[in-house]
Amino acid sequence: MKRTALIAAILFAAVALLPLAGDAYWLRLGTTMLMYGVLAMAWNFIGGMAGYPSFASAAFFGLGAYSGAVAQKYGVPMPLAWALAATLAVLFAALLGLALLRLRGHYFAIASLVVAEVLRELVNSATDLTGGGMGLNLPVPHDATIANQSAFFYYAMLALAIVTFAAMLWTTHSRLGFGLRCIQQNESAADMLGVNTTLYKVGAFVLSGAFVGAAGAIYASWVHYIEPPDVFDVMYSIKAIVMVLLGGAGSIFGPLIGAALFLSLEELVWRNYLQVHTGVLGLLIVLLVLFLPKGVFSLRLPRKARP
Amino acid sequence: MLSLQILANGLVLGGLYACIAAGFSLVWGVLNIINILHGSFIVLGGYLAFFAYVKLGIHPFASVLIAAPLFFALGYALQRAVINRMIAAPVLLTLSLTFGLDLMLSNGMLFAFTADFKKLNLDPPLGVLNLGGIVLPVDRLFAMGLALLLTALLYLVLSRSRIGRAIVAVRMDREAAALMGVNVKRIYAVTFGLGALMAGASGPLLAMIFPISPLSGPVYLGKAFVICVLGGLGSVPGAMIGGLALGVVESFGALWFGPEHAITLSFTLLILMLLFRPTGLLGRTGYS
Repeated sequence: MKRTALIAAILFAAVALLPLAGDAYWLRLGTTMLMYGVLAMAWNFIGGMAGYPSFASAAFFGLGAYSGAVAQKYGVPMPLAWALAATLAVLFAALLGLALLRLRGHYFAIASLVVAEVLRELVNSATDLTGGGMGLNLPVPHDATIANQSAFFYYAMLALAIVTFAAMLWTTHSRLGFGLRCIQQNESAADMLGVNTTLYKVGAFVLSGAFVGAAGAIYASWVHYIEPPDVFDVMYSIKAIVMVLLGGAGSIFGPLIGAALFLSLEELVWRNYLQVHTGVLGLLIVLLVLFLPKGVFSLRLPRKARP
Repeated sequence: MLSLQILANGLVLGGLYACIAAGFSLVWGVLNIINILHGSFIVLGGYLAFFAYVKLGIHPFASVLIAAPLFFALGYALQRAVINRMIAAPVLLTLSLTFGLDLMLSNGMLFAFTADFKKLNLDPPLGVLNLGGIVLPVDRLFAMGLALLLTALLYLVLSRSRIGRAIVAVRMDREAAALMGVNVKRIYAVTFGLGALMAGASGPLLAMIFPISPLSGPVYLGKAFVICVLGGLGSVPGAMIGGLALGVVESFGALWFGPEHAITLSFTLLILMLLFRPTGLLGRTGYS
Protein backbone atom coordinates (compact mmCIF):
# COMPACT_ATOMS: atom_id res chain seq x y z
CA MET A 1 0.00 0.00 0.00
CA LYS A 2 2.83 2.38 0.90
CA ARG A 3 4.59 1.72 -2.38
CA THR A 4 1.39 2.29 -4.35
CA ALA A 5 0.79 5.54 -2.48
CA LEU A 6 4.35 6.66 -3.25
CA ILE A 7 4.04 5.88 -6.95
CA ALA A 8 0.70 7.68 -7.03
CA ALA A 9 2.17 10.71 -5.23
CA ILE A 10 4.97 10.99 -7.79
CA LEU A 11 2.47 10.55 -10.62
CA PHE A 12 0.11 13.23 -9.32
CA ALA A 13 3.03 15.59 -8.60
CA ALA A 14 4.13 15.25 -12.21
CA VAL A 15 0.59 15.85 -13.42
CA ALA A 16 0.40 18.96 -11.21
CA LEU A 17 3.23 20.55 -13.19
CA LEU A 18 1.27 20.61 -16.45
CA PRO A 19 -0.10 24.19 -16.11
CA LEU A 20 3.48 25.47 -16.02
CA ALA A 21 4.25 23.97 -19.42
CA GLY A 22 1.07 23.55 -21.41
CA ASP A 23 -1.13 26.03 -23.25
CA ALA A 24 -4.93 26.31 -23.01
CA TYR A 25 -5.48 23.29 -25.25
CA TRP A 26 -3.37 21.01 -23.09
CA LEU A 27 -4.98 22.35 -19.95
CA ARG A 28 -8.42 21.56 -21.31
CA LEU A 29 -7.28 18.10 -22.28
CA GLY A 30 -5.67 17.61 -18.87
CA THR A 31 -8.79 18.70 -17.01
CA THR A 32 -10.90 16.34 -19.12
CA MET A 33 -8.46 13.52 -18.46
CA LEU A 34 -8.62 14.06 -14.71
CA MET A 35 -12.41 14.18 -14.89
CA TYR A 36 -12.47 10.92 -16.85
CA GLY A 37 -10.11 9.47 -14.28
CA VAL A 38 -12.52 10.41 -11.50
CA LEU A 39 -15.46 8.88 -13.41
CA ALA A 40 -13.53 5.68 -14.01
CA MET A 41 -12.22 5.37 -10.44
CA ALA A 42 -15.66 6.11 -9.02
CA TRP A 43 -17.26 3.46 -11.22
CA ASN A 44 -14.60 1.04 -10.06
CA PHE A 45 -16.08 1.01 -6.54
CA ILE A 46 -19.38 -0.47 -7.65
CA GLY A 47 -18.47 -2.01 -11.00
CA GLY A 48 -14.89 -3.20 -10.52
CA MET A 49 -14.91 -4.15 -6.86
CA ALA A 50 -18.50 -5.25 -6.23
CA GLY A 51 -19.04 -6.42 -9.81
CA TYR A 52 -22.38 -4.67 -10.25
CA PRO A 53 -22.94 -3.50 -13.86
CA SER A 54 -23.89 0.06 -12.95
CA PHE A 55 -24.92 2.53 -15.64
CA ALA A 56 -25.79 5.19 -13.10
CA SER A 57 -22.73 7.42 -13.61
CA ALA A 58 -24.64 9.72 -15.98
CA ALA A 59 -27.36 10.18 -13.35
CA PHE A 60 -24.85 11.13 -10.64
CA PHE A 61 -22.93 13.37 -13.01
CA GLY A 62 -26.02 15.30 -14.12
CA LEU A 63 -27.36 15.49 -10.59
CA GLY A 64 -24.04 16.91 -9.36
CA ALA A 65 -23.80 19.36 -12.25
CA TYR A 66 -27.33 20.66 -11.75
CA SER A 67 -27.25 20.85 -7.97
CA GLY A 68 -23.94 22.72 -8.09
CA ALA A 69 -25.21 25.05 -10.79
CA VAL A 70 -28.54 25.78 -9.11
CA ALA A 71 -26.79 26.41 -5.79
CA GLN A 72 -24.47 28.90 -7.48
CA LYS A 73 -27.42 30.51 -9.18
CA TYR A 74 -28.77 31.28 -5.72
CA GLY A 75 -25.47 32.77 -4.62
CA VAL A 76 -23.76 29.88 -2.86
CA PRO A 77 -19.98 30.28 -3.27
CA MET A 78 -18.40 27.89 -5.73
CA PRO A 79 -16.52 25.40 -3.48
CA LEU A 80 -19.48 25.25 -1.12
CA ALA A 81 -21.78 24.53 -4.06
CA TRP A 82 -19.49 21.67 -5.08
CA ALA A 83 -19.61 20.22 -1.57
CA LEU A 84 -23.37 20.59 -1.57
CA ALA A 85 -23.59 18.77 -4.89
CA ALA A 86 -21.46 15.91 -3.58
CA THR A 87 -23.62 15.67 -0.45
CA LEU A 88 -26.80 15.54 -2.51
CA ALA A 89 -25.26 12.86 -4.71
CA VAL A 90 -24.42 10.86 -1.58
CA LEU A 91 -27.98 11.04 -0.31
CA PHE A 92 -29.38 10.20 -3.71
CA ALA A 93 -27.00 7.28 -4.17
CA ALA A 94 -27.87 5.92 -0.72
CA LEU A 95 -31.61 5.99 -1.38
CA LEU A 96 -31.26 4.72 -4.93
CA GLY A 97 -28.85 2.02 -3.85
CA LEU A 98 -31.18 0.73 -1.13
CA ALA A 99 -33.83 0.27 -3.80
CA LEU A 100 -31.90 -0.83 -6.88
CA LEU A 101 -29.09 -2.91 -5.41
CA ARG A 102 -31.58 -5.63 -4.60
CA LEU A 103 -31.66 -6.32 -8.33
CA ARG A 104 -28.96 -8.30 -10.06
CA GLY A 105 -27.47 -8.70 -13.51
CA HIS A 106 -29.40 -7.32 -16.43
CA TYR A 107 -32.17 -5.97 -14.25
CA PHE A 108 -29.79 -3.85 -12.22
CA ALA A 109 -28.10 -2.64 -15.40
CA ILE A 110 -31.38 -1.54 -16.97
CA ALA A 111 -32.73 0.07 -13.83
CA SER A 112 -29.53 2.06 -13.31
CA LEU A 113 -29.55 3.03 -16.99
CA VAL A 114 -33.01 4.59 -16.90
CA VAL A 115 -32.38 6.66 -13.76
CA ALA A 116 -30.49 9.24 -15.82
CA GLU A 117 -33.36 9.44 -18.31
CA VAL A 118 -35.88 10.04 -15.55
CA LEU A 119 -33.70 12.72 -13.94
CA ARG A 120 -33.16 14.39 -17.30
CA GLU A 121 -36.89 14.63 -17.94
CA LEU A 122 -37.49 15.94 -14.43
CA VAL A 123 -34.79 18.61 -14.85
CA ASN A 124 -36.20 19.40 -18.27
CA SER A 125 -39.65 20.07 -16.89
CA ALA A 126 -38.59 21.95 -13.72
CA THR A 127 -38.07 25.08 -15.78
CA ASP A 128 -38.28 27.58 -12.89
CA LEU A 129 -35.42 26.01 -11.01
CA THR A 130 -33.20 24.65 -13.76
CA GLY A 131 -34.03 26.64 -16.88
CA GLY A 132 -35.39 23.44 -18.46
CA GLY A 133 -34.35 22.80 -22.01
CA MET A 134 -32.85 26.27 -22.32
CA GLY A 135 -30.03 25.20 -20.05
CA LEU A 136 -28.44 27.08 -17.21
CA ASN A 137 -25.70 29.71 -17.29
CA LEU A 138 -23.27 29.77 -14.41
CA PRO A 139 -21.74 32.96 -13.04
CA VAL A 140 -18.31 33.74 -14.47
CA PRO A 141 -15.86 35.13 -11.93
CA HIS A 142 -14.93 38.67 -13.00
CA ASP A 143 -11.61 39.03 -11.25
CA ALA A 144 -9.78 36.22 -13.03
CA THR A 145 -8.11 35.94 -16.42
CA ILE A 146 -8.97 33.06 -18.72
CA ALA A 147 -5.59 31.44 -18.15
CA ASN A 148 -5.96 31.67 -14.38
CA GLN A 149 -9.37 30.12 -14.58
CA SER A 150 -8.29 27.15 -16.65
CA ALA A 151 -5.44 26.51 -14.24
CA PHE A 152 -7.85 26.83 -11.31
CA PHE A 153 -10.29 24.23 -12.67
CA TYR A 154 -7.40 21.98 -13.61
CA TYR A 155 -6.19 22.01 -10.00
CA ALA A 156 -9.74 21.56 -8.70
CA MET A 157 -10.18 18.46 -10.84
CA LEU A 158 -6.72 17.25 -9.82
CA ALA A 159 -7.60 17.63 -6.13
CA LEU A 160 -10.79 15.63 -6.69
CA ALA A 161 -8.85 12.95 -8.56
CA ILE A 162 -6.37 12.68 -5.68
CA VAL A 163 -9.14 12.38 -3.12
CA THR A 164 -10.89 9.75 -5.24
CA PHE A 165 -7.67 7.82 -5.65
CA ALA A 166 -6.97 7.95 -1.92
CA ALA A 167 -10.47 6.71 -1.18
CA MET A 168 -10.01 3.88 -3.64
CA LEU A 169 -6.65 2.91 -2.20
CA TRP A 170 -8.05 2.97 1.31
CA THR A 171 -11.11 0.96 0.32
CA THR A 172 -9.06 -1.72 -1.41
CA HIS A 173 -7.14 -2.40 1.79
CA SER A 174 -10.08 -2.05 4.15
CA ARG A 175 -12.84 -4.34 5.34
CA LEU A 176 -15.16 -2.68 2.84
CA GLY A 177 -12.96 -3.63 -0.11
CA PHE A 178 -12.65 -7.17 1.16
CA GLY A 179 -16.40 -7.46 1.53
CA LEU A 180 -16.96 -6.04 -1.95
CA ARG A 181 -14.60 -8.57 -3.51
CA CYS A 182 -16.48 -11.33 -1.68
CA ILE A 183 -19.73 -9.98 -3.11
CA GLN A 184 -18.25 -9.97 -6.58
CA GLN A 185 -17.16 -13.57 -6.33
CA ASN A 186 -20.28 -15.00 -4.76
CA GLU A 187 -22.85 -12.75 -3.19
CA SER A 188 -24.99 -15.48 -1.66
CA ALA A 189 -21.98 -17.10 -0.03
CA ALA A 190 -20.74 -13.74 1.25
CA ASP A 191 -24.16 -13.06 2.71
CA MET A 192 -24.25 -16.43 4.40
CA LEU A 193 -20.82 -15.97 5.92
CA GLY A 194 -21.94 -12.78 7.62
CA VAL A 195 -20.91 -10.02 5.22
CA ASN A 196 -23.59 -7.34 5.44
CA THR A 197 -24.00 -7.28 1.67
CA THR A 198 -26.65 -4.54 1.56
CA LEU A 199 -24.52 -2.17 3.64
CA TYR A 200 -21.38 -2.88 1.62
CA LYS A 201 -23.06 -2.52 -1.76
CA VAL A 202 -24.76 0.72 -0.76
CA GLY A 203 -21.41 1.92 0.59
CA ALA A 204 -19.75 1.28 -2.76
CA PHE A 205 -22.62 2.93 -4.61
CA VAL A 206 -22.47 5.98 -2.35
CA LEU A 207 -18.71 6.37 -2.85
CA SER A 208 -19.26 6.07 -6.57
CA GLY A 209 -22.03 8.67 -6.51
CA ALA A 210 -20.16 11.15 -4.32
CA PHE A 211 -17.12 11.51 -6.57
CA VAL A 212 -19.07 11.52 -9.82
CA GLY A 213 -21.43 14.11 -8.38
CA ALA A 214 -18.53 16.32 -7.35
CA ALA A 215 -16.97 15.90 -10.80
CA GLY A 216 -20.27 16.97 -12.35
CA ALA A 217 -20.41 20.09 -10.20
CA ILE A 218 -16.83 21.09 -11.07
CA TYR A 219 -17.55 20.39 -14.73
CA ALA A 220 -20.58 22.70 -14.63
CA SER A 221 -18.54 25.55 -13.13
CA TRP A 222 -15.74 24.88 -15.60
CA VAL A 223 -17.84 25.02 -18.79
CA HIS A 224 -20.18 27.79 -17.44
CA TYR A 225 -23.21 26.42 -19.27
CA ILE A 226 -25.06 23.14 -18.89
CA GLU A 227 -28.18 21.67 -20.40
CA PRO A 228 -29.98 18.40 -19.62
CA PRO A 229 -28.93 16.32 -22.66
CA ASP A 230 -25.32 17.38 -22.11
CA VAL A 231 -24.86 16.38 -18.46
CA PHE A 232 -27.31 13.46 -18.31
CA ASP A 233 -25.65 11.92 -21.37
CA VAL A 234 -25.60 8.11 -21.18
CA MET A 235 -22.11 8.29 -22.72
CA TYR A 236 -20.72 9.26 -19.30
CA SER A 237 -21.86 5.88 -17.99
CA ILE A 238 -20.51 4.05 -21.01
CA LYS A 239 -17.18 5.88 -21.03
CA ALA A 240 -16.57 5.16 -17.35
CA ILE A 241 -17.09 1.45 -18.00
CA VAL A 242 -14.98 1.39 -21.14
CA MET A 243 -12.12 3.20 -19.41
CA VAL A 244 -12.09 0.74 -16.54
CA LEU A 245 -12.27 -2.21 -18.94
CA LEU A 246 -9.44 -0.70 -20.93
CA GLY A 247 -7.18 -0.29 -17.91
CA GLY A 248 -8.22 -3.53 -16.24
CA ALA A 249 -11.16 -3.83 -13.84
CA GLY A 250 -10.58 -3.96 -10.10
CA SER A 251 -6.96 -2.81 -10.16
CA ILE A 252 -5.62 0.36 -8.53
CA PHE A 253 -4.02 2.16 -11.44
CA GLY A 254 -6.25 0.53 -14.07
CA PRO A 255 -8.95 3.23 -14.12
CA LEU A 256 -6.41 6.06 -14.40
CA ILE A 257 -4.45 4.36 -17.15
CA GLY A 258 -7.70 3.50 -18.90
CA ALA A 259 -8.82 7.13 -18.67
CA ALA A 260 -5.57 8.42 -20.17
CA LEU A 261 -5.65 5.86 -22.97
CA PHE A 262 -9.30 6.42 -23.69
CA LEU A 263 -8.97 10.18 -23.81
CA SER A 264 -6.01 9.92 -26.19
CA LEU A 265 -8.00 7.65 -28.49
CA GLU A 266 -11.09 9.82 -28.23
CA GLU A 267 -9.15 12.99 -29.00
CA LEU A 268 -7.45 11.40 -32.00
CA VAL A 269 -10.74 10.10 -33.37
CA TRP A 270 -12.53 13.37 -32.62
CA ARG A 271 -9.88 15.45 -34.31
CA ASN A 272 -9.58 13.33 -37.43
CA TYR A 273 -13.03 11.84 -37.99
CA LEU A 274 -15.46 14.41 -36.62
CA GLN A 275 -18.41 13.22 -38.73
CA VAL A 276 -18.13 9.60 -37.74
CA HIS A 277 -16.46 9.87 -34.36
CA THR A 278 -19.19 8.10 -32.38
CA GLY A 279 -19.13 5.29 -34.91
CA VAL A 280 -15.37 4.91 -34.59
CA LEU A 281 -15.78 5.02 -30.83
CA GLY A 282 -18.33 2.23 -31.14
CA LEU A 283 -15.88 0.21 -33.20
CA LEU A 284 -13.22 0.74 -30.52
CA ILE A 285 -15.62 -0.52 -27.86
CA VAL A 286 -16.50 -3.59 -29.94
CA LEU A 287 -12.86 -4.43 -30.59
CA LEU A 288 -12.00 -3.88 -26.94
CA VAL A 289 -14.76 -6.17 -25.71
CA LEU A 290 -14.01 -8.85 -28.29
CA PHE A 291 -10.26 -8.95 -28.07
CA LEU A 292 -9.15 -7.33 -24.82
CA PRO A 293 -11.92 -7.88 -22.27
CA LYS A 294 -9.35 -7.89 -19.46
CA GLY A 295 -7.69 -4.61 -20.44
CA VAL A 296 -4.60 -3.62 -22.36
CA PHE A 297 -2.33 -5.37 -19.89
CA SER A 298 -3.68 -8.72 -20.97
CA LEU A 299 -1.77 -8.11 -24.18
CA ARG A 300 1.28 -10.33 -24.23
CA LEU A 301 4.06 -10.15 -26.71
CA PRO A 302 4.77 -13.54 -28.25
CA ARG A 303 7.46 -15.25 -26.22
CA LYS A 304 10.68 -16.22 -27.91
CA ALA A 305 10.91 -19.90 -28.56
CA ARG A 306 13.32 -21.40 -26.08
CA PRO A 307 15.99 -23.80 -27.16
CA MET B 1 -66.40 9.32 -24.42
CA LEU B 2 -63.02 10.98 -24.08
CA SER B 3 -61.66 8.14 -22.00
CA LEU B 4 -62.96 5.60 -24.53
CA GLN B 5 -61.13 7.48 -27.27
CA ILE B 6 -57.96 7.58 -25.16
CA LEU B 7 -58.30 3.88 -24.45
CA ALA B 8 -58.66 3.14 -28.17
CA ASN B 9 -55.60 5.28 -28.97
CA GLY B 10 -53.66 3.47 -26.27
CA LEU B 11 -54.61 0.03 -27.55
CA VAL B 12 -53.70 0.92 -31.14
CA LEU B 13 -50.33 2.21 -29.96
CA GLY B 14 -49.99 -0.81 -27.69
CA GLY B 15 -50.37 -3.26 -30.56
CA LEU B 16 -47.38 -1.64 -32.24
CA TYR B 17 -45.43 -1.64 -28.97
CA ALA B 18 -46.06 -5.37 -28.57
CA CYS B 19 -44.43 -5.93 -31.94
CA ILE B 20 -41.43 -3.76 -30.98
CA ALA B 21 -40.89 -5.66 -27.78
CA ALA B 22 -41.58 -9.26 -28.84
CA GLY B 23 -38.26 -9.71 -30.65
CA PHE B 24 -36.29 -7.84 -28.01
CA SER B 25 -37.81 -9.97 -25.28
CA LEU B 26 -37.08 -13.16 -27.21
CA VAL B 27 -33.39 -12.30 -27.59
CA TRP B 28 -33.09 -11.25 -23.97
CA GLY B 29 -34.87 -14.37 -22.75
CA VAL B 30 -33.07 -16.93 -24.90
CA LEU B 31 -29.59 -15.46 -25.33
CA ASN B 32 -29.50 -13.58 -22.02
CA ILE B 33 -28.30 -10.57 -23.99
CA ILE B 34 -29.79 -7.11 -23.95
CA ASN B 35 -29.68 -6.08 -27.56
CA ILE B 36 -29.09 -2.33 -27.54
CA LEU B 37 -29.17 -2.46 -31.35
CA HIS B 38 -32.88 -3.23 -31.33
CA GLY B 39 -33.96 0.42 -31.45
CA SER B 40 -31.65 1.21 -34.35
CA PHE B 41 -32.91 -1.84 -36.26
CA ILE B 42 -36.42 -0.41 -35.98
CA VAL B 43 -35.24 2.96 -37.28
CA LEU B 44 -33.37 1.30 -40.14
CA GLY B 45 -36.53 -0.59 -41.05
CA GLY B 46 -38.34 2.75 -41.06
CA TYR B 47 -35.81 4.25 -43.46
CA LEU B 48 -36.12 1.25 -45.72
CA ALA B 49 -39.88 1.80 -45.92
CA PHE B 50 -39.43 5.55 -46.43
CA PHE B 51 -37.05 5.24 -49.35
CA ALA B 52 -38.94 2.31 -50.85
CA TYR B 53 -42.08 4.44 -50.86
CA VAL B 54 -40.54 7.73 -52.01
CA LYS B 55 -38.19 6.34 -54.65
CA LEU B 56 -39.94 3.18 -55.82
CA GLY B 57 -43.54 3.70 -54.77
CA ILE B 58 -43.61 0.52 -52.71
CA HIS B 59 -46.33 0.64 -50.09
CA PRO B 60 -45.01 0.44 -46.49
CA PHE B 61 -47.10 -2.67 -45.86
CA ALA B 62 -45.24 -4.36 -48.70
CA SER B 63 -41.95 -3.09 -47.26
CA VAL B 64 -42.61 -5.24 -44.22
CA LEU B 65 -42.21 -8.28 -46.46
CA ILE B 66 -38.96 -6.92 -47.89
CA ALA B 67 -37.59 -5.94 -44.49
CA ALA B 68 -38.30 -9.30 -42.85
CA PRO B 69 -35.83 -11.53 -44.76
CA LEU B 70 -33.22 -8.76 -44.97
CA PHE B 71 -33.17 -8.15 -41.25
CA PHE B 72 -33.27 -11.84 -40.46
CA ALA B 73 -30.14 -12.31 -42.56
CA LEU B 74 -28.49 -9.28 -40.95
CA GLY B 75 -29.26 -10.50 -37.44
CA TYR B 76 -28.21 -14.07 -38.21
CA ALA B 77 -24.89 -12.94 -39.68
CA LEU B 78 -24.18 -10.52 -36.84
CA GLN B 79 -24.81 -13.18 -34.24
CA ARG B 80 -22.68 -15.77 -36.03
CA ALA B 81 -19.80 -13.41 -36.70
CA VAL B 82 -19.65 -11.25 -33.59
CA ILE B 83 -22.04 -11.82 -30.71
CA ASN B 84 -21.69 -15.62 -30.47
CA ARG B 85 -18.10 -15.06 -29.38
CA MET B 86 -19.29 -13.33 -26.23
CA ILE B 87 -22.34 -15.39 -25.45
CA ALA B 88 -21.31 -16.55 -21.99
CA ALA B 89 -19.55 -13.31 -21.01
CA PRO B 90 -20.71 -11.17 -18.06
CA VAL B 91 -23.57 -8.72 -18.55
CA LEU B 92 -21.23 -5.77 -18.63
CA LEU B 93 -19.31 -7.07 -21.64
CA THR B 94 -22.31 -8.15 -23.71
CA LEU B 95 -24.05 -4.86 -22.98
CA SER B 96 -20.96 -2.87 -23.96
CA LEU B 97 -20.63 -4.96 -27.11
CA THR B 98 -24.14 -4.32 -28.37
CA PHE B 99 -23.81 -0.71 -27.28
CA GLY B 100 -20.68 -0.32 -29.38
CA LEU B 101 -22.40 -1.93 -32.36
CA ASP B 102 -25.33 0.41 -31.86
CA LEU B 103 -23.05 3.47 -31.84
CA MET B 104 -21.67 2.32 -35.18
CA LEU B 105 -25.09 1.70 -36.71
CA SER B 106 -26.70 4.90 -35.47
CA ASN B 107 -23.70 6.98 -36.49
CA GLY B 108 -23.81 5.32 -39.89
CA MET B 109 -27.48 6.23 -40.26
CA LEU B 110 -26.82 9.79 -39.10
CA PHE B 111 -24.10 10.06 -41.72
CA ALA B 112 -26.15 8.51 -44.51
CA PHE B 113 -29.60 9.95 -43.84
CA THR B 114 -28.77 13.15 -41.82
CA ALA B 115 -30.52 14.07 -38.59
CA ASP B 116 -33.56 15.61 -40.33
CA PHE B 117 -36.85 14.05 -39.44
CA LYS B 118 -38.40 12.20 -42.36
CA LYS B 119 -42.10 11.52 -42.51
CA LEU B 120 -43.73 8.93 -44.66
CA ASN B 121 -47.06 10.36 -45.83
CA LEU B 122 -49.29 8.05 -47.79
CA ASP B 123 -50.77 9.60 -50.91
CA PRO B 124 -53.75 9.41 -51.00
CA PRO B 125 -54.18 9.14 -47.21
CA LEU B 126 -56.31 6.28 -45.96
CA GLY B 127 -58.63 8.54 -44.02
CA VAL B 128 -60.21 7.96 -40.66
CA LEU B 129 -62.76 5.55 -39.29
CA ASN B 130 -65.53 6.93 -37.10
CA LEU B 131 -66.95 4.34 -34.74
CA GLY B 132 -69.83 6.03 -32.96
CA GLY B 133 -67.77 9.03 -31.92
CA ILE B 134 -64.42 7.25 -31.54
CA VAL B 135 -62.15 8.42 -34.32
CA LEU B 136 -59.36 6.14 -35.50
CA PRO B 137 -57.00 6.80 -38.43
CA VAL B 138 -57.21 3.85 -40.81
CA ASP B 139 -53.45 3.66 -41.44
CA ARG B 140 -52.86 3.26 -37.72
CA LEU B 141 -55.47 0.57 -37.50
CA PHE B 142 -53.89 -1.37 -40.33
CA ALA B 143 -50.43 -0.91 -38.84
CA MET B 144 -51.68 -2.23 -35.52
CA GLY B 145 -53.38 -5.16 -37.22
CA LEU B 146 -50.19 -6.08 -39.06
CA ALA B 147 -48.13 -5.66 -35.88
CA LEU B 148 -50.41 -8.00 -33.98
CA LEU B 149 -50.34 -10.44 -36.88
CA LEU B 150 -46.53 -10.46 -36.88
CA THR B 151 -46.47 -11.01 -33.13
CA ALA B 152 -48.96 -13.85 -33.44
CA LEU B 153 -46.85 -15.39 -36.22
CA LEU B 154 -43.80 -15.28 -33.97
CA TYR B 155 -45.84 -17.03 -31.29
CA LEU B 156 -46.89 -19.70 -33.77
CA VAL B 157 -43.33 -20.22 -34.96
CA LEU B 158 -42.13 -20.64 -31.40
CA SER B 159 -44.91 -22.96 -30.32
CA ARG B 160 -45.51 -25.04 -33.45
CA SER B 161 -42.44 -25.25 -35.65
CA ARG B 162 -39.49 -27.56 -35.07
CA ILE B 163 -36.99 -24.71 -34.90
CA GLY B 164 -39.31 -22.81 -32.56
CA ARG B 165 -39.44 -25.71 -30.15
CA ALA B 166 -35.67 -25.90 -30.28
CA ILE B 167 -35.46 -22.20 -29.36
CA VAL B 168 -37.79 -22.73 -26.43
CA ALA B 169 -35.77 -25.78 -25.38
CA VAL B 170 -32.53 -23.76 -25.39
CA ARG B 171 -34.23 -21.08 -23.34
CA MET B 172 -35.38 -23.62 -20.76
CA ASP B 173 -32.12 -25.50 -20.39
CA ARG B 174 -29.18 -24.93 -22.67
CA GLU B 175 -27.17 -27.95 -21.60
CA ALA B 176 -30.07 -30.35 -21.83
CA ALA B 177 -31.01 -29.00 -25.25
CA ALA B 178 -27.43 -29.45 -26.45
CA LEU B 179 -27.47 -33.05 -25.17
CA MET B 180 -30.65 -33.68 -27.15
CA GLY B 181 -28.80 -32.76 -30.31
CA VAL B 182 -29.80 -29.10 -30.66
CA ASN B 183 -27.07 -27.00 -32.25
CA VAL B 184 -27.06 -24.21 -29.67
CA LYS B 185 -24.95 -21.72 -31.61
CA ARG B 186 -27.19 -22.06 -34.63
CA ILE B 187 -30.28 -21.63 -32.47
CA TYR B 188 -28.76 -18.48 -30.98
CA ALA B 189 -28.16 -17.10 -34.46
CA VAL B 190 -31.70 -17.96 -35.56
CA THR B 191 -33.11 -16.35 -32.42
CA PHE B 192 -31.11 -13.17 -32.93
CA GLY B 193 -32.19 -13.18 -36.56
CA LEU B 194 -35.83 -13.46 -35.50
CA GLY B 195 -35.34 -10.59 -33.05
CA ALA B 196 -33.84 -8.43 -35.80
CA LEU B 197 -36.66 -9.47 -38.13
CA MET B 198 -39.30 -8.31 -35.67
CA ALA B 199 -37.49 -4.99 -35.23
CA GLY B 200 -36.93 -4.42 -38.93
CA ALA B 201 -40.51 -5.38 -39.79
CA SER B 202 -42.02 -3.08 -37.20
CA GLY B 203 -39.97 -0.19 -38.61
CA PRO B 204 -42.19 0.36 -41.67
CA LEU B 205 -45.31 0.18 -39.50
CA LEU B 206 -44.00 2.80 -37.09
CA ALA B 207 -42.78 4.93 -39.99
CA MET B 208 -46.39 5.42 -41.07
CA ILE B 209 -47.23 6.98 -37.72
CA PHE B 210 -44.09 8.58 -36.30
CA PRO B 211 -41.42 10.66 -38.02
CA ILE B 212 -38.18 8.78 -38.66
CA SER B 213 -34.87 9.99 -37.25
CA PRO B 214 -31.60 8.24 -36.41
CA LEU B 215 -32.03 9.61 -32.91
CA SER B 216 -35.29 7.82 -32.14
CA GLY B 217 -33.58 4.43 -31.72
CA PRO B 218 -33.08 4.91 -27.96
CA VAL B 219 -36.73 5.91 -27.56
CA TYR B 220 -37.93 2.62 -29.02
CA LEU B 221 -35.32 0.75 -27.03
CA GLY B 222 -36.55 2.35 -23.82
CA LYS B 223 -40.09 1.28 -24.63
CA ALA B 224 -38.91 -2.27 -25.27
CA PHE B 225 -37.25 -2.33 -21.82
CA VAL B 226 -40.40 -1.18 -20.11
CA ILE B 227 -42.61 -3.64 -21.99
CA CYS B 228 -40.33 -6.58 -21.20
CA VAL B 229 -40.40 -5.77 -17.54
CA LEU B 230 -44.15 -5.09 -17.54
CA GLY B 231 -45.09 -8.28 -19.32
CA GLY B 232 -42.37 -10.59 -18.09
CA LEU B 233 -39.26 -11.63 -19.91
CA GLY B 234 -38.92 -13.90 -22.89
CA SER B 235 -42.53 -14.69 -23.63
CA VAL B 236 -44.59 -13.50 -26.58
CA PRO B 237 -47.85 -13.23 -24.60
CA GLY B 238 -45.90 -11.22 -22.03
CA ALA B 239 -44.73 -8.79 -24.70
CA MET B 240 -48.30 -8.53 -25.98
CA ILE B 241 -49.75 -7.75 -22.55
CA GLY B 242 -46.86 -5.44 -21.70
CA GLY B 243 -47.14 -3.59 -24.99
CA LEU B 244 -50.87 -3.01 -24.68
CA ALA B 245 -50.45 -1.99 -21.04
CA LEU B 246 -47.73 0.53 -21.91
CA GLY B 247 -49.80 1.96 -24.77
CA VAL B 248 -52.77 2.53 -22.48
CA VAL B 249 -50.62 3.89 -19.63
CA GLU B 250 -48.90 6.33 -21.99
CA SER B 251 -52.18 7.56 -23.44
CA PHE B 252 -53.83 8.16 -20.09
CA GLY B 253 -50.58 9.50 -18.64
CA ALA B 254 -50.42 12.08 -21.42
CA LEU B 255 -53.99 13.11 -20.59
CA TRP B 256 -53.49 13.34 -16.83
CA PHE B 257 -49.90 14.53 -16.45
CA GLY B 258 -49.13 16.01 -19.86
CA PRO B 259 -47.29 14.35 -22.74
CA GLU B 260 -43.91 15.73 -21.63
CA HIS B 261 -43.90 13.32 -18.68
CA ALA B 262 -44.39 10.17 -20.77
CA ILE B 263 -40.80 8.96 -20.31
CA THR B 264 -40.70 9.74 -16.60
CA LEU B 265 -43.96 7.90 -16.11
CA SER B 266 -43.01 4.77 -18.03
CA PHE B 267 -39.53 4.55 -16.48
CA THR B 268 -40.88 5.08 -12.99
CA LEU B 269 -43.27 2.24 -13.75
CA LEU B 270 -40.29 0.15 -14.89
CA ILE B 271 -38.36 0.70 -11.66
CA LEU B 272 -41.43 0.02 -9.51
CA MET B 273 -42.18 -3.18 -11.44
CA LEU B 274 -38.58 -4.35 -11.07
CA LEU B 275 -38.73 -3.77 -7.35
CA PHE B 276 -42.12 -5.18 -6.55
CA ARG B 277 -43.05 -7.59 -9.32
CA PRO B 278 -39.93 -8.57 -11.29
CA THR B 279 -41.71 -11.47 -13.00
CA GLY B 280 -44.07 -9.10 -14.81
CA LEU B 281 -47.81 -8.62 -14.88
CA LEU B 282 -48.44 -12.23 -15.89
CA GLY B 283 -46.53 -13.29 -12.82
CA ARG B 284 -44.58 -16.13 -14.39
CA THR B 285 -41.71 -16.63 -16.75
CA GLY B 286 -43.20 -17.88 -19.97
CA TYR B 287 -41.55 -20.37 -22.22
CA SER B 288 -43.15 -19.62 -25.53
